[in-house]
Amino acid sequence: MLADTYALGAATGVEGPLLFLKRTVNVGLNEAVEIEETEGPSRLGYVAALDHDVITVEVMDSTRGMSLADTRVRFHGERLQFSVGPDILGRVFDGVGRVIDGGPPVSATETFNIDGLAINPAMRASPTDFIETGISTIDIMNSLVRGQKLPIFSGSGLPHDELAIQIARQSRLRGSDVGEFAIVFAAIGVPFDTAERFRHAMESSGALEHTALFLNLASDSSTQRLLTPRYALTAAEYLAFVEGRHVLVIMTDMTNYCEALREVAASHGVVPSRKGFPGYMYSDLATIYERAGSIKGVPGSLTQLPILTMPSDDITHPIPDLTGYITEGQIVLDRILDRADIYPPVKVLPSLSRLMKDGTGENFTHPDHPALANQLYAAYARAVHVRVLASVVGREGLAGIDQLFLDFGDNFEQQLVHQKSARTLEQSMEAGWELLRVLPVSELTRLDDEQIKQYISAKPE
Amino acid sequence: MTHATINWISESVLRASTHRPFRVNETALVGHQQLLGEVIRIKGDEVIIQVYEDTTGLRPGDPVSGTGSELSVHLGPGLLGNIFDGLLRPLASQGVHVEPGAGRQPSAKTYPFKPSVVVGTRLTSGTVFGTVHRPDALAQHCLVPPDCEGEVVEISPAGEYTEDHPICTLRRPTGETCAIAMAHYWPVRQPRPIAEHLPTEGPLFTGQRILDSIFPLACGGRAAMPGGFGTGKTVLQETLAKWCDADVIVYVGCGERGNEMAGVLHEFPALEDTRRGRPLMERTVIIANTSNMPVAAREASIYTAVTVAEYFRDQGMRVALMADSTSRWAEALREISGRLGELPSEAGYPAYLSSRQADFYERAAHVRTLNGEVGSLSIIGAVSPPSADFSEPVTTHTKRYVRCFWALDATRAQARFYPAIHPLLSYSEDADVLNTFWKEHGNPSWPAQRRRFLTLLEKQARLERMARIVGKDALPPSQQQVLLSAELINEAFLRQSAFSAKDRFCSAERQIQMMNIISQFIDLSEAAIEQPVSVEAINQLPIMRRLRRMGEDIAEDEMKKFDQLRNDMLSEFTQLTRSAATNAS
Repeated sequence: MLADTYALGAATGVEGPLLFLKRTVNVGLNEAVEIEETEGPSRLGYVAALDHDVITVEVMDSTRGMSLADTRVRFHGERLQFSVGPDILGRVFDGVGRVIDGGPPVSATETFNIDGLAINPAMRASPTDFIETGISTIDIMNSLVRGQKLPIFSGSGLPHDELAIQIARQSRLRGSDVGEFAIVFAAIGVPFDTAERFRHAMESSGALEHTALFLNLASDSSTQRLLTPRYALTAAEYLAFVEGRHVLVIMTDMTNYCEALREVAASHGVVPSRKGFPGYMYSDLATIYERAGSIKGVPGSLTQLPILTMPSDDITHPIPDLTGYITEGQIVLDRILDRADIYPPVKVLPSLSRLMKDGTGENFTHPDHPALANQLYAAYARAVHVRVLASVVGREGLAGIDQLFLDFGDNFEQQLVHQKSARTLEQSMEAGWELLRVLPVSELTRLDDEQIKQYISAKPE
Repeated sequence: MTHATINWISESVLRASTHRPFRVNETALVGHQQLLGEVIRIKGDEVIIQVYEDTTGLRPGDPVSGTGSELSVHLGPGLLGNIFDGLLRPLASQGVHVEPGAGRQPSAKTYPFKPSVVVGTRLTSGTVFGTVHRPDALAQHCLVPPDCEGEVVEISPAGEYTEDHPICTLRRPTGETCAIAMAHYWPVRQPRPIAEHLPTEGPLFTGQRILDSIFPLACGGRAAMPGGFGTGKTVLQETLAKWCDADVIVYVGCGERGNEMAGVLHEFPALEDTRRGRPLMERTVIIANTSNMPVAAREASIYTAVTVAEYFRDQGMRVALMADSTSRWAEALREISGRLGELPSEAGYPAYLSSRQADFYERAAHVRTLNGEVGSLSIIGAVSPPSADFSEPVTTHTKRYVRCFWALDATRAQARFYPAIHPLLSYSEDADVLNTFWKEHGNPSWPAQRRRFLTLLEKQARLERMARIVGKDALPPSQQQVLLSAELINEAFLRQSAFSAKDRFCSAERQIQMMNIISQFIDLSEAAIEQPVSVEAINQLPIMRRLRRMGEDIAEDEMKKFDQLRNDMLSEFTQLTRSAATNAS
């Protein structure tokens, strides 16, 4: 469509985020609209339903102060688009891709539909490049690989932002082909200071010129939150698949996104599913998370690290539950560990990385890496089980072997989970072997005789 | 072709007015892009259509045309070894992104055809008129489409033809002729006809100990594996797809992850089928509707997959269908039902959810085909219950239609104990019919051993609860021995690593060896504690570590090592009881 189309004074009603217009222009479904007012910035929306007489527009912004008479609606004739170019790095945008750092507008080289297109599963490259984050519990036990989507399940008040910042700063690829990297940060309904802390951390580490920030702050409209991750991911896709960079996308906080989704669904009169969230929340979240990946024959990759705060720390709540079904694992943070001053407070048992098997072991990290992770998991699970017993019968009531496991559990948390600075994979692995050495060999059933000989029996100097 | 015009549209559902007769379930082409859709309801002059693709840009006044036929898929020799979307359009020939409006282009690829009939042969529907043997796949039959029969009046000689090239002409008894090709279309929602149902016999052997020996699935059976996220559903589905002894695997990723599909495509061509020594990909058809692809097509993908599976079953093959996950399919039903404003039933699902599930699972069967051969279709469906709550509607309804229930347990998965199938929540109704299988493989005591293992695991759960109160040491030796035996069953037998080269597949012979050794251990330790020998002393025997690791240490071609292991176990026990006797005197 060449020219934009306008409709002036066609509005017949406003209901929540929905604006009803007389169908005076011929527009198509899902096409973007801009609602222009005599003063103030325009509001974005899209055509949600159409019949012969009425256009239903969903306004992706607050409808406060909107009137029918002087509402002027501009139709774009296509979906919401975002114009991107190499300049977007180092810049700050609002939740709908408008520059807010006071600088000049970005010079765009390409324009993309913000919803993206589903990557053909036959064209996806299988992710196998191990990323070393410097965090032992992630590197050894829940390894992150390029192109993965690995969320952090956290709770309010837990140090998930620090962890995300640390990962963004420390992550490196082992081996020679490092390639160019970039970070895209999407703040979804977070307080100003969280966004500012992130910006500051990137600035102080000198990574700001590799970072694009998209800020939808807590004070911004909640319906706009549905667009923020889409703008951010469009930028990330451009950086990854057009410029060939390795992009890490950090999105915080996905819980706010889902709350906004519920709000909008309710105003549409959608039959609510669990806890009032719409039944299509799974599909909707998938359109965001599935944009991670890498493509055959294209150099870049898009890795996602979404953060969500579990309402009342409940992992069975629909938001973490549906997220866990879509993402390739999860890193769970724990309040009890946090209280014990263990940082990062990663609760390893419910944490998981599904792509770990493809990026660890021989040819990727270290041949004995998977066995070590397995043995640590088995031993720590047993320690947690013994802890439950000990809470009733006391340490004295335990068999000798169970007491060893009890100690193992405490040491594991103090020496492996807790860390003051980044560790290389080798340092992390050595810490893991060290912990296992206190256990009797007969209990280390996930290690083969060769590994026992090499790491457990023969204590290195 | 019948025509209509759109007068209302929202998301993937539209209403169109027409004066022409449309039929329910008829396929429609929507808009100028000719998007694929299906008529789901008719009300007077108005038809309601669900569109399987992105509806952006559609508007009132756009044309809709009916094709006159139901949603059908193209079944032919080109299916094996390839990946398709939920409507069976090849994905390999598409670009980086899945674009809407991509129709099925007739492929120019040719396949070597060899006729098996001569002019004058009378053929009925479902019978074989030739074979195709692609060098990179199994030999396949060419079937007379189920709606066609008559006398052969023309048949092409052996040679290379495309899938859609007419190579055989039949004259019906009524006199009219029909030309048939190697490939034909079949409506997905309609089960393909068979001659008769046969009683199930023999297992779908999976090479997984906890399945074959404890909760076996009969060939032509139905199984469900429910589990919360991260309990290993997908890995187990993939493991079954890799190692089960079916001739053809149809793997449908319904609303699941794109990277997982990429993983399968990356891994399967490199793995070898244990029975044929050929790449696994050659016996596999992958149908991928990832979670970000249109929801309406997700609903159809399950039917597409089962139709493809039936097509191979009708060629007299053993087919296994892996559906991951049926919950996403149920959610797609719910989403579409919600858009239509239907009255929601339990948890927002439509009231017809359970009958749709029944229709799907009932298509699994052990049958005599129209061609007189024996074929089977086994269905293994993953279920993803919200919050891992097995009382939700999809899981409870599934339970009514399956015979094997493999419940996945988060606690086991968190300890990286895979397969995380919970032995006390799972069941198999097929165990009784499989006695003969184990007897033929040399283990007549299989039913008793299986019962004993399950009883011990049950007792373990009870005793652990007690130990939590009184402490493990306070339990009498006989109960401690039960705990030790159950722990050994778990560690040595039920745990099996899908990533261990030696243990990812376990033959019937090896399963029997391991089951026997563990049974013998239970006997020996029961006898030992009567001596009395402390359970702690048994646990400290060097043999324990070797027993716990026997799955990963002893490969398929090292069966002799089991005898060694057994002898060492016997001598260690003899020594232990002897020294206990010496100490006592």
